[in-house]
Amino acid sequence: MDDLDRRIINHLQGGFPVSERPYRDAARKLDTSESELITRIRCMLDDGLLTRFGPLFHAERMGGALSLCALKVPEADFDEVAEKVNSFPEVAHNYRREHEMNMWFVLATETPQQLDETIRQIEHCTGLDVYNFPKQAEYYVGLNLQV
Amino acid sequence: MTDSAAHSEIIETPEDLDRRLVLATQSGLPLHARPWHWLATELGVGPEQVMARMQAMLDDGRIRRIGVLPNHYRLGYVANGMSVWDVPDDIVDKVGEQVGQLDSVSHCYRRPRHLPDWPYNLFAMVHGHDRQEVLDEVDRIAGLLGDRACGHEVLFSTRILKKTGLRIGG
Repeated sequence: MDDLDRRIINHLQGGFPVSERPYRDAARKLDTSESELITRIRCMLDDGLLTRFGPLFHAERMGGALSLCALKVPEADFDEVAEKVNSFPEVAHNYRREHEMNMWFVLATETPQQLDETIRQIEHCTGLDVYNFPKQAEYYVGLNLQV
Repeated sequence: MTDSAAHSEIIETPEDLDRRLVLATQSGLPLHARPWHWLATELGVGPEQVMARMQAMLDDGRIRRIGVLPNHYRLGYVANGMSVWDVPDDIVDKVGEQVGQLDSVSHCYRRPRHLPDWPYNLFAMVHGHDRQEVLDEVDRIAGLLGDRACGHEVLFSTRILKKTGLRIGG
């Protein structure tokens, strides 16, 4: 990763233009050329330095529903429960965390009703209570990852 | 008949086109000099329509932003701790705004308590190069909040069990 890669990461986390030649317009601000910017983004995607390049959607404003949920899973059953939970396509991310509530996952559905239904199904399938933590407010979050 | 020919012969609402644009871009934008034109050709609509709808979704907040999404892990931010705070309801919004602006915090939300098991209502995801850096940052937040937080914990992730990203179906 060189200085141009860092500038791209630091300054192109937003603001990619909706214009006829957006790479050219963005490249000007990054002091590079259109073709170089396209090449750098492609390389960083291939290398895994970037997860994605494109629009970041606001799921709730698109009409969808999201929630963070947690389970207290007995240690002996952890892998089995993880497999069951992960089998739901509505589960977008799932993390093991160090706590009595040791499994934390994000549910994403197209409607709020589907979210409630999925929680009910996960409780039925695992025999565990799902702690539901729907977002009640979202505070200012900066474009903060700097390299 | 091709899909694009079929689409040109039916009347499509802006909402229908928006949905097709989401589906066409959610895994990434084309790396072509004219990406919006390229998408327009793919979808069988005019480039000015594609640009107008993308701009409309940006303006009303359905698109948060357009740009690169860096991979925290690959950039060395390998430790992530979910810090959770018990903040009185009448000041949680003010405190949340403050915490959300810190450089180390990538997401900051108010979520419901589940008493008595779970007294925390403010969630702030803290990233660092190692655990100690995350813990130091959480200490800094604790100092910033002072007695406005009645308690807090940090839950470190020890394993990614699934990560597919958010997708809507076709």
